[in-house]
Amino acid sequence: MPRTVTNDAAPEIASSSPRPSVVEVHDLTRRFGEFTAVDAISFEVFEGEVFAFLGPNGAGKSTTINMLCTLAHPSAGQIRVAGLDVTARPKAVRRNIGLVFQDQTLDDRLTAQENLRFHAVLYRVPRDQVDARIARVLELVDLSERRHDLVSEFSGGMARRLEIARALMHVPRVLFLDEPTIGLDPQTRALMWEDVLRLREEAHITVFLTTHYMDEAEYADRIAIIDHGKIVAIDTPQALKAEIGADTVDLGTTDDVAAIAALERDGYRVEAVAGGARVYVEHGENAVPALIESVGVPVLNVHVHQPTLDDVFLHYTGREIRESHAEAIPARMRARFARRGR
Amino acid sequence: MSSVPPHSSAVEGPETVMRDELRTTGMVWLRELIRFERTRTRILSGLIQPVLFLIVMGYGMAGLVGSVEGFGFKKFVFPGIMAMSVVTTAIFSGMSIVWDREFGFLREMLVAPTSRASLALGKTAGGATVAAVQGTIMLVLAPLIGVHLTAVLVAEIIGLELLMAIALTAFGVFVATHIERMEGFQVVMQMLLFPMIFLSGALFPLNKLPGWLNVITHVNPLTYAVAPLRQVVFAAQHMPAKARERFPSSVEVFGHTLSIGTELAIVVAFVVIFIALAIRGFSRTE
Ligand SMILES: Nc1ncnc2c1ncn2[C@@H]1O[C@H](COP(=O)(O)OP(=O)(O)OP(=O)(O)O)[C@@H](O)[C@H]1O
Ligand SMILES: [Mg+2]
Repeated sequence: MPRTVTNDAAPEIASSSPRPSVVEVHDLTRRFGEFTAVDAISFEVFEGEVFAFLGPNGAGKSTTINMLCTLAHPSAGQIRVAGLDVTARPKAVRRNIGLVFQDQTLDDRLTAQENLRFHAVLYRVPRDQVDARIARVLELVDLSERRHDLVSEFSGGMARRLEIARALMHVPRVLFLDEPTIGLDPQTRALMWEDVLRLREEAHITVFLTTHYMDEAEYADRIAIIDHGKIVAIDTPQALKAEIGADTVDLGTTDDVAAIAALERDGYRVEAVAGGARVYVEHGENAVPALIESVGVPVLNVHVHQPTLDDVFLHYTGREIRESHAEAIPARMRARFARRGR
Repeated sequence: MSSVPPHSSAVEGPETVMRDELRTTGMVWLRELIRFERTRTRILSGLIQPVLFLIVMGYGMAGLVGSVEGFGFKKFVFPGIMAMSVVTTAIFSGMSIVWDREFGFLREMLVAPTSRASLALGKTAGGATVAAVQGTIMLVLAPLIGVHLTAVLVAEIIGLELLMAIALTAFGVFVATHIERMEGFQVVMQMLLFPMIFLSGALFPLNKLPGWLNVITHVNPLTYAVAPLRQVVFAAQHMPAKARERFPSSVEVFGHTLSIGTELAIVVAFVVIFIALAIRGFSRTE
């Protein structure tokens, strides 16, 4: 099987040529009684990309990921992972995927290495490759030094990275991460993202992850926004932002009425807002000098705003996802962190 | 749309599968040993309780029961307390699955592409080994009690302890797979473990019990495991006939004295049943 070297090419370039898909989902549905948690969604994940499922609490992210990982049965629809039908061959699928759950699943009385060795045996890594794999995955998450330390001595972030390393032990085709950064401090989250992006570069791993952090979704090659069990948008972060509209430049001047009239005369799309004029343009930052010239009256302040994923989310769902960290962490998990801290 | 073929789609022969499953069982077994070795406090506390019982029963009751031609209650109760130590450790080890669930590690095991039976067997083998080790450590007290040890006797004791431990660990695994919460664990320990130990003949002879208690002792699997242990220990001691009468060691059913072979066959039957239940319990766990 040709494992293409072009996997780590920029997504823009790669998406122009047909790429093999590692995950294929058709009309996937999951009902709990009357309630439809996942509603006839279809999508593909291409080899070598980082694909993010972005959605608020209860959107159906975990339910979807569980079905992709053979841990829950679909009510309807088809899933193929690494070319295998998930319902027909669950064990073969599990051997081809790496899994990191929302809750921690390490044995903290074992060392990092022992946890990895345990996993290697359960996932049938050939005996003579185990040591090399352990060294490799620890290197990927930068934990080689802590190899012989007990997991109980690890911080939350280190434990999470060890879980990622463990999920890579058996060289999976796809790595599934359910809320990988939940409950981590911003610095650790950044470190974890470095790990994930390095995996894509060095190990050519396809990553499927769920998150409800907007800033995190930015790192992904493609994003699916999921709300009430439906995919409402799916594309690269750049394309999603471009689709909902242009940049805006807000100008405060000594005479806003004159400024607006002057801008309209020059053909700009303008509207009056509190404190000045708002102009809609393609590339806000580059347009500023021309705008100032066009206004004709002295400019007091300038504010350029580029659409963010927050705007995208608001556009597609009519709501904002803004939750404090504490709310976002499930109670079970909070209890676990508290216990670890003792 | 082209899709990528899986990288391990090769069909494996039954031999390879068998070897991989055994490797899994071995790994789960090893994990139990590593965890045991790392928790010294558990080993120590596992020793303190039996020693306490030995002092209370052995010396406290000795005055009441008296000794027959130099053979005292201490020597009678010693094998029983050894059994108690094995049984407690075994059930605890089996039920540690409740902890595995609480701390998430159970999930790591359950989602692995391996058979649940291999996991259940590994857990049982590991817990049983730990329990047998814990029971065998108690042999260091034998000289203090005046129990004479030979190499053969030690081997017999270890064998019997293992058998007993396998049955009870498997039982613990089975119970744990039906318990969702930690609180349930406490209840089971109170309601099952202590009556099982007290009504097994481990701590006092069963021959003078009222009828209804007698029935319970005979359905108690432990009864048939404690008796052989005591029999092999007694067989290696100098024991006057009168002492044998005073301190009976075998199980009687409807006036018949069971042979050690029959007792062992009954224990093996329980081992098979409990292992089957443990595997079933593990297979159904989510
Ligand atoms: N076992 C279940 N029984 C009934 N309803 C369920 C079950 N599991 C999930 N749900 C419901 O399905 C919906 C989707 O849940 P899911 O866990 O997939 O959300 P999520 O997107 O992962 O949210 P979060 O960000 O909180 O993890 C929720 O409304 C939830 O209440
Ligand atoms: Mg979730």
